[in-house]
Amino acid sequence: MSDWVIQARGLQKSFKGQPALTGLNLEVPAGSIFGFLGRNGAGKTTTIRLLMGFLKPDGGDARVFGMPAGDSAAGIEIRRRLGFVTEDKDLYPYMTVEQIIRFTRSFFPTWRVDSEKRYLKLFDLPPSRKISDLSKGMRSKLMLLLGISHGAELLILDEPTEGLDPVAVDDMLRELVSISATGGTTIFFSSHQLEEVEQIADRVCIIDHGAAVVTGSLDDLKTQYQRLRVVLGAELRTPVQWGDGAEHVRQDGRTVDILASRNVEAIINQARSLPGASVERFPVTLKEIFLEHVRSN
Amino acid sequence: MIFRLNPSTGLPMYLQLMEQIRHAVETGALKAGDQLPTIRSMAEDLVMNPNTVVRAYRELQHEGIIELKHGSGAFVSESVGSRARVTKRAQTVVQSTLDRLADLGLTEDEIRRLFENELAQHRAGKASGGKNE
Repeated sequence: MSDWVIQARGLQKSFKGQPALTGLNLEVPAGSIFGFLGRNGAGKTTTIRLLMGFLKPDGGDARVFGMPAGDSAAGIEIRRRLGFVTEDKDLYPYMTVEQIIRFTRSFFPTWRVDSEKRYLKLFDLPPSRKISDLSKGMRSKLMLLLGISHGAELLILDEPTEGLDPVAVDDMLRELVSISATGGTTIFFSSHQLEEVEQIADRVCIIDHGAAVVTGSLDDLKTQYQRLRVVLGAELRTPVQWGDGAEHVRQDGRTVDILASRNVEAIINQARSLPGASVERFPVTLKEIFLEHVRSN
Repeated sequence: MIFRLNPSTGLPMYLQLMEQIRHAVETGALKAGDQLPTIRSMAEDLVMNPNTVVRAYRELQHEGIIELKHGSGAFVSESVGSRARVTKRAQTVVQSTLDRLADLGLTEDEIRRLFENELAQHRAGKASGGKNE
């Protein structure tokens, strides 16, 4: 098997002539917690529906566990091996917690009763309550329980913390970390909450207008991106042609503010070569990276 | 041992964790032979990515600060004792330098910038010196 649990190449999808995905590339390595970021309407949910085999792409290729996601036979095998927690949480509303667990268990020979019992207690889910009477947070937790207990190798979560209060969000993040640390389960979650992605993800993809604009290891991105503040000895007569990697440059009198996406050392050396220059560097948050790419698009 | 990271400062998480472990070793809060939390419990306690803990541990092993023993976890290296003494000596040098700079009326920010500029010059000097231009 390949090291990529999810792999998409040039994925395209339109709805009534409106492009939703415009050539998305995505690679999710096994064992990662992968944050899939974008504004509302950027194409996150469409991507997930394509990966789940609920939709067929107009162009390109999506693979999960190395199998084609759009193929109906492969789709069954894919869905057997993954757990899905969705935003609309469309469980059967008339069933009780206990009934949906029994119902789901019947489809999965690999069902883990120990995990079912543990999460039922940990999440404090009332077995006899109807799904329609559960809070949003409880429904998310119930879906997570179903996904984990059937022994999923991959959890796909569509905005799992949407509408949850801060305590429930913290619980959810803790559980995701624990699931990842215990079983090496790959976790792919979409979100527009940058702080929670920053907290638990090791890899991210920022999607905008249907295509990936930034992708990679979060810590590597934070190393590559730096904000530089240059104070010059005298105001410059001619503007400087900054080297490759200077994404965003603002100049005001003797101070220059540069957001560098790579080659930081070269840009610093360039700045230092200017007469009387002193350079300070600042770390860049995921939020700044996100805004820089999504705004300029 | 309590570690506390801030995910939204822009500093890579593995570097934050490395820095805190290094600091604990330098101050003697962690001593040679002490066991570090397992990857799983570190990730769960700090609610951070387990792969990021692995990365921090690997880099610290590379620096010789900890040793990873297969199956039994991570331990502070036996060799850090001498390193802690060197750090202690360096600390007194830095302290007296700081006192003198403060006497000159420099602010903390000014001192920090001076240090950073000098470090960068030092690094650049080493890089070009080695190239034999």
